[in-house]
Amino acid sequence: MGEVALELNDVRYAYPSGRKVLSGVSLSLEKGQRLGLVGANGAGKTTLLLLIMGLLEKTGGTIRVLGKEVASTRDFAWVRKRVGLLFQNADDQLFCPTVLDDVAFGPLNMGASPREARKTAEAVLSRLGLSHLARRVSHRLSGGEKKLVSLATVLAMEPAVLLLDEPTAGLDEEAARRLIGVVKGLSTACIIVSHEYEFLKETTSRIAGLAEGTVAFDEESSLVHTHVHVHPAGKVPHKHV
Amino acid sequence: MIAEPFAFGDSPMHRADPRLRAVFGAAFAFVTAVAWEFDAILAALFLAVAMAAAARLSPWRLAKRLFFVNGFIALLWIVVPATYPGRAVFSLGPVHLSADGLWVVARITIKSNAIVLSTLALLATMPMASLGQAMYFFRVPQKLVMLILLTYRYMFVMEKEYGRLLRAARVRGFSADTSMNTWRTLGYLLGMLFVRADQRARRVHQAMLCRGFSGRYPSLDAFCFRKTDWAWAAAMVCALALVGGLEWAKWPLS
Repeated sequence: MGEVALELNDVRYAYPSGRKVLSGVSLSLEKGQRLGLVGANGAGKTTLLLLIMGLLEKTGGTIRVLGKEVASTRDFAWVRKRVGLLFQNADDQLFCPTVLDDVAFGPLNMGASPREARKTAEAVLSRLGLSHLARRVSHRLSGGEKKLVSLATVLAMEPAVLLLDEPTAGLDEEAARRLIGVVKGLSTACIIVSHEYEFLKETTSRIAGLAEGTVAFDEESSLVHTHVHVHPAGKVPHKHV
Repeated sequence: MIAEPFAFGDSPMHRADPRLRAVFGAAFAFVTAVAWEFDAILAALFLAVAMAAAARLSPWRLAKRLFFVNGFIALLWIVVPATYPGRAVFSLGPVHLSADGLWVVARITIKSNAIVLSTLALLATMPMASLGQAMYFFRVPQKLVMLILLTYRYMFVMEKEYGRLLRAARVRGFSADTSMNTWRTLGYLLGMLFVRADQRARRVHQAMLCRGFSGRYPSLDAFCFRKTDWAWAAAMVCALALVGGLEWAKWPLS
């Protein structure tokens, strides 16, 4: 077993109204590993990602990032420099006037000088084949371009762990292909939330399923793939034959 | 669609330093607005036309913009001469058009056109981002600049969202009239827009936090002041001196 990048132990979350979303989630992610996360709408997948980033406050359990237990606001400021989150909606993520500004925003906040930040941003954009978009205004990009640029803004911070929230949702075939290519080329540990098993099968080695607030299954991707097609609704725990 | 039709181009004006244009644009508008002498405001109008030419603005688009401004001013031409006190130059029944009133409206017309033209030529020729950065440079409060940049960024998203809501209402047979149902529906639409704007603001803030935002909006742009910018600066100072001189020094030209 390799070094652990991220470890969740019995993580719980309930809305202020009292409605429980997560009632004890335990998961671990090794360095360099890619894990798929599936579950019905409202199962708490996005909530889980927000908890890891400290954007929501867990109501119980522990979260360890790179071996360090994180709980306080200060811990999470540290987490956000090491864990990158790709939001479901790219319009939420791209808030700077131009693409280059947006990609450089993270590095600048991490203390890079404008010159360094620009260099980092340009390097990341060229790595993703997006150099031609650098001076473009973010809101004029196509959906696929927005998604890839969002990914660039996250990668520019050189995260040790990457959380992708439905990265292929709304993308056309070609844009999705490009994204898959990029994700497969990363050596970063990833959690990928998605409803698309084909995508997960291709990009991840393990798939975990959330149901009723806990991890209902956590298995090798190829197994889950066949499993889901045999029982489309089979997200409740049961044994394989 | 809200657009920036003038922002991108390759004219000498587009290449001039945005800081220079922002400061001169503000100063020029101010001087023109307070000037009163016809010499001064006509000179300002002439200079504004020259700026628009230097920015190579499309005459058609420019005409469209000026049409809106002058449409508003046309109202003043109807109202002001008839209500302004002074010697009547023309009477029609109970309506007397005053000479002073006519001069006042003429001044307003020249000034407005000069200011709008110069603003279009100087400020509309840079993307909003550059204007924001120029404002940072002049120490305009961070929060204000951030508000402007974020408003600008999300205006389009809100516009789209409103369009989506309106379409959703239309496909179910909604058409606007003056009935109670229309007002209620518009209320729903607006309310929904606010709710969504609020939710989006929260998500954007989360996204900013994820990338290390701590209340300061860092800036990447390094302005570069080129040799040609010195020429621009000199020309701009001359332009201001000309308008100001004609107004306050009572130049012997008049």
